[in-house]
Amino acid sequence: MTSGIDLQNSFLQSLQGFGLPPGLAKLFWIPLPSILMIIGATVGVLVVVWLERKISAAAQQRIGPEYAGPLGVLQPVADGIKLVFKEDVVPAKADPWLFTLGPVLVVLPVFLSYLIVPFGQNLVITDINVGIFLWIALSSIAPIGLLMSGYASNNKYSLLGGLRAAAQSISYEIPLSLAVLAIVMMSNSLSTIDIVDQQSGYGILGWNIWRQPVGFLIFWIAALAECERLPFDLPEAEEELVAGYQTEYAGMKFALFYLGSYVNLVLSALVFSVLYLGGWDFPIPLENVANWLGVAPTTSWLQVLMAALGITMTVLKSYFLIFIAILLRWTVPRVRIDQLLNLGWKFLLPVALANLLITAALKLTFPMAFGG
Amino acid sequence: TKIETRTEPMVLNMGPHHPSMHGVLRLIVTLDGEDVVDCEPVIGYLHRGMEKIAESRTNIMYVPYVSRWDYAAGMFNEAITVNAPEKLADIEVPKRAQYIRVIMLELNRIANHLLWLGPFMADVGAQTPFFYIFREREMIYDLWEAASGMRLINNNYFRVGGVAVDLPYGWNDKCEDFCDYFLPKVDEYEKLITNNPIFRRRVEGVGTVTREEAINWGLSGPMLRGSGVKWDLRKVDHYECYDELDWEVQYETAGDCFARYLVRIREMRESVKIIRQALKAMPGGPYENLEAKRLQEGKKSEWNDFQYQYIAKKVAPTFKIPAGEHYVRLESGKGELGIFIQGNDDVFPWRWKIRSADFNNLQILPHILKGVKVADIMAILGSIDIIMGSVDR
Repeated sequence: MTSGIDLQNSFLQSLQGFGLPPGLAKLFWIPLPSILMIIGATVGVLVVVWLERKISAAAQQRIGPEYAGPLGVLQPVADGIKLVFKEDVVPAKADPWLFTLGPVLVVLPVFLSYLIVPFGQNLVITDINVGIFLWIALSSIAPIGLLMSGYASNNKYSLLGGLRAAAQSISYEIPLSLAVLAIVMMSNSLSTIDIVDQQSGYGILGWNIWRQPVGFLIFWIAALAECERLPFDLPEAEEELVAGYQTEYAGMKFALFYLGSYVNLVLSALVFSVLYLGGWDFPIPLENVANWLGVAPTTSWLQVLMAALGITMTVLKSYFLIFIAILLRWTVPRVRIDQLLNLGWKFLLPVALANLLITAALKLTFPMAFGG
Repeated sequence: TKIETRTEPMVLNMGPHHPSMHGVLRLIVTLDGEDVVDCEPVIGYLHRGMEKIAESRTNIMYVPYVSRWDYAAGMFNEAITVNAPEKLADIEVPKRAQYIRVIMLELNRIANHLLWLGPFMADVGAQTPFFYIFREREMIYDLWEAASGMRLINNNYFRVGGVAVDLPYGWNDKCEDFCDYFLPKVDEYEKLITNNPIFRRRVEGVGTVTREEAINWGLSGPMLRGSGVKWDLRKVDHYECYDELDWEVQYETAGDCFARYLVRIREMRESVKIIRQALKAMPGGPYENLEAKRLQEGKKSEWNDFQYQYIAKKVAPTFKIPAGEHYVRLESGKGELGIFIQGNDDVFPWRWKIRSADFNNLQILPHILKGVKVADIMAILGSIDIIMGSVDR
């Protein structure tokens, strides 16, 4: 496997070329990926919000936003700006500290999780050993924030919504983790880079989706539930709980929830594409094609092409999944809380366990195909 | 010793400002976690004294007013408003007028069920059908606009002894077009909704009303027919010209929200059937050259015959409601809509009691809400089909 482009090294070397000491060059480098990631995630959300509005409009035979920018692409920006300038209302008798802390606790872990999302061999902020585990760990912080804001709002709808959010997140974290565990077992690593590497080489045929046909369904259902998307949007079920834990929020605090939920959706889609759809991997094994054509893998234009293609592939795959999630949201009704919990505990959990066991058995029986 | 957690019941006030309270219904719900322990509906936020207003209006003054009872079904209100003095004063209605009335009522039944379907689906979480039903309902409103000049309410179309005006030229063809267009759309709804597993799990076995309960609580309309009672006033009372048309009473035996859904969907199909037959069987034919024919053929023209008129007699402003009392009812989209009228040989009715279907159907709500989940409140309330304008009047 070629290492491809290493941006960090090239950046550091070019700075050192200007005569900067290596330590200072490193200091310049440190904030760059984080800023890039925050901008990337936010722009990703704007695109998803626009997609959501346009696709829902198409599903409902409406036009959707059309005046703010061409085809209404600036509508999410306009909405965001509006929310920034709105008054920040804290209801009387609410707990102002918890009320403020809640949205922050929901948003921060989601952005942090972007640390481990790879867009290419070296296009990742940190390739840590526990990569995918970090995502699971961080995603269980969000329900604390939801519960906090639901409790602090001094509103019964908020409280019910917060409790629902907590119950839902806890129930669906377990099948989610078990589905991820099966992948980890096949990849022999928790690192997201290794997980993609292990899938690449055979094009579309090597992707985990073929080896984990049950696992990817479990993961998708659980991920939808974690993102609180319909059919699992019970914590904010408009018809039942008005807006759930968001009921009392306005302005920027509401925007944080909104942002958080969409960033989470993009993140889940990205993680799904990394775990099951081969991440940045192209459907055709391009390296073999390059070899066959006689182009050396170290050729610079090939590396740039591959990196660009890698980013495009990751984003394309995720947006395909987001499209499915949006279409699902505007098609299906909402499940009831007891049905939701039954599905999580009585169906997904045993199936995920069985899936894990079968994966382990297959790994022992066919070490070649299942990453022995 | 056994450790147990004791929770205090939570009293939750739902409405009158709540996204799914169908107007201004207020429910005071007692919750034990997610389970409903008790529910107390509070009504009256939309009370406008419709009955008292009727006592100081002549019928022709009152007709434009009545579509505000049940603003999803204005034609039914107008129909019962003119039926009451008609029945009391024994006014005969020409056949042609009866057929026009039946078409309007059935169009209204479709519009009513459509406006039930959208919010009901929204209540169980699916927002999209709401937009589809508006698409079809608009066409019904276009037809009404062509006939009466108004769309949702204020049609002001029914008159004692017939209807205000004859149908305009080409209206029957347009109505036929609507029927052709509408049936595939119902199939589309059914494809999207009926066999959706999430929808089925949300509505099947939820809010079950047994046959005995349905009768004892005085339910009517799809609420009653969903519980296995084959009771439809169009068949029972033989009013207008429903007897001359071939159609079936749709009913289900399960008595749950899904049964009510099925009944309403099938009633829409049945209404289309009725409209199609009525368009064909309308005396005087579809084209409105009757006036020209009458002029051409003179006084002895067969088109001058009573049955070919759209109104028996223009109601005079001084039409006096004869002394006496009568209870007149018809089958609206929501059930039995009735008027208890007391005349005093005066232009105004002495008493005008409105028996609205959804007010009576709503009574059973607290009874069937006991023990269900919070989310079921909306599904059950949605399946009852209430319009607060009609409940509070």
